[in-house]
Amino acid sequence: MLFKVLGKKEFTTFIELLLNDTEVIAPKQVGVDTSGKPLHQYLPVQAFTEIDLSYETTEYSAKTYFLPFRENLSTCSFLDMVWDRQIKYRVQPRAIIGLHACDINALLKLDKVLAGDRFPSPYYISRRKNTFIVGIDHDPCEGGFCQAVGADVVTHGFDLYLTDLEDRYFVAINSERGFNVLQRVKTREPTARDNNDYLDVRRRIAGQFKPLEVHNLPNLMDIEFESKVWKKWADKCLSCGSCAMVCPTCYCYGIEERVSMDNAESAKVKQLYSCQFLDFAMVAGGHNFRPDRETRLKYRYYHQHRGFVEAYEEPLCVGCYRCGRVCLAGINPTDIIGDLQTEYQE
Amino acid sequence: MKYLGIEPKRPKVGVFDFTGCEGCELQLANKEETVPAFLQAIEVVDFREISSTSSDDYEVALIEGAITRDDEIRRLKEIRKHAKLLVALGSCACFGGVNRLKNGYDLDAVNQEVYGTEPKETLPTQAVKEVVSVDLEIPGCPVDKAEVERIVQHLIWDVPYQFPAYPVCFECKQRYTTCVFELGQLCLGPIARGGCHAPCPAGGSGCWGCRGPAADPNLEEFLQIAKDRGFKKREIKERLSFYGGFEDMP
Repeated sequence: MLFKVLGKKEFTTFIELLLNDTEVIAPKQVGVDTSGKPLHQYLPVQAFTEIDLSYETTEYSAKTYFLPFRENLSTCSFLDMVWDRQIKYRVQPRAIIGLHACDINALLKLDKVLAGDRFPSPYYISRRKNTFIVGIDHDPCEGGFCQAVGADVVTHGFDLYLTDLEDRYFVAINSERGFNVLQRVKTREPTARDNNDYLDVRRRIAGQFKPLEVHNLPNLMDIEFESKVWKKWADKCLSCGSCAMVCPTCYCYGIEERVSMDNAESAKVKQLYSCQFLDFAMVAGGHNFRPDRETRLKYRYYHQHRGFVEAYEEPLCVGCYRCGRVCLAGINPTDIIGDLQTEYQE
Repeated sequence: MKYLGIEPKRPKVGVFDFTGCEGCELQLANKEETVPAFLQAIEVVDFREISSTSSDDYEVALIEGAITRDDEIRRLKEIRKHAKLLVALGSCACFGGVNRLKNGYDLDAVNQEVYGTEPKETLPTQAVKEVVSVDLEIPGCPVDKAEVERIVQHLIWDVPYQFPAYPVCFECKQRYTTCVFELGQLCLGPIARGGCHAPCPAGGSGCWGCRGPAADPNLEEFLQIAKDRGFKKREIKERLSFYGGFEDMP
């Protein structure tokens, strides 16, 4: 990895230059909750002052900029009994500033599924390749357990990664593109003191995480397949799908054909979907493989913490805790995993 | 033109209003960009709001409004005889709608509150299905024209239409709306049927459940959540009964 040191003033200039020619998405405060805590979202910004890099977390992940909630995959027109199909990929450059390590790790996991050898998605790849990513280190967010699932540090998947050293940023450069764009402002080589300060910050952050026992989780889950824990939590589940929507890695979707009222055009529309919905595993003929909440909730956890591990040697979950925060019923991965761990000890 | 074995039909449609604000009917004439194609797909033979023609020769009857008078009951039964397919259009027709609120009070007192010394003939509010058999219900206050269009298309193609199973929460999330519960408001979003694109929470007001319950709603947990967040029993009950869609729930 290549490192540089960037003054705070230069960083402001850097973002302002970026704003001149690129769509910039960044954490922005959108309000406060009932307890007065600020609420942030990744939104398009027009000025540096709109950005709040000290944000703790965002309600929604940045997933929608790579996997939109709704996306038109193709449009067909029908004229003289002949179909004509048009496909458009999003290629306009975009920069996302201030992603945390968990969210960049989430993109790396999505890359494995959607930009891998088996079923590459050109829709995802075009958005991913044309998005310039500037990450930033931060103190652990409330409830976050990214360290337990190995997502608190990130070594690739971004262009630039910042660590705040109070009066300056320590910048990790991970792409030629990142290196070139950084040339627009003045930087300097890190000194021994810079390196030292950077490592101190990293150690401070790493030491603040609350432990979560995830040791041997895939096997534990197999042993706990019939556990009462699933029903206990599923009885509370509203099947509202909010967990999957705010999740930075949930990528399941449905596709529907939308035909224009005059029958002359048709669009294939993809919509991100949730495995918690009653009809998620409904098949032709009306059979439903997961008609009850218990099975649906269990399989979400199985996909995240067991199935994905089998396929990719790592969990799909990055420990951002957005699902736990968004759930009105209080269902959250920390308590569910905790229950599974302790049930067998009892 | 026949395509993929489907011969499109052009059904004769009658639209009939009962006790309601006629807003759902207005929706049928809304969305101007596709109105010509919409009226090409169906043949409107009776629709007071947009046409002066009147006819008993229809296959599909769209019923708007709740049933609150004797003459409405007679008229509705007559329409049922003519229609092959009878559709309840909008929350009033499907559940009784806002009109149903009066059923919780003494009928004479309600009459006097509204009409003073000149009371009108009125019955307890009924949904269309409480009077005649209903083949299809399209909920909403008002109905969503885009959804009506898709339902009409499915009728023409003879393919069953599936209403979304998911609740409103899902659509709030898909449009980046901050949860109104987080802002201290009550919202039926977790148990109400989605498909409306969640305009109310996006506008800062909780969901009032105009489309009735979602598929397999978890009412028990919802009541617990509302209680835990400090909403009074009366407030929750009032919200649930506002459109009448949650009346049948235990």
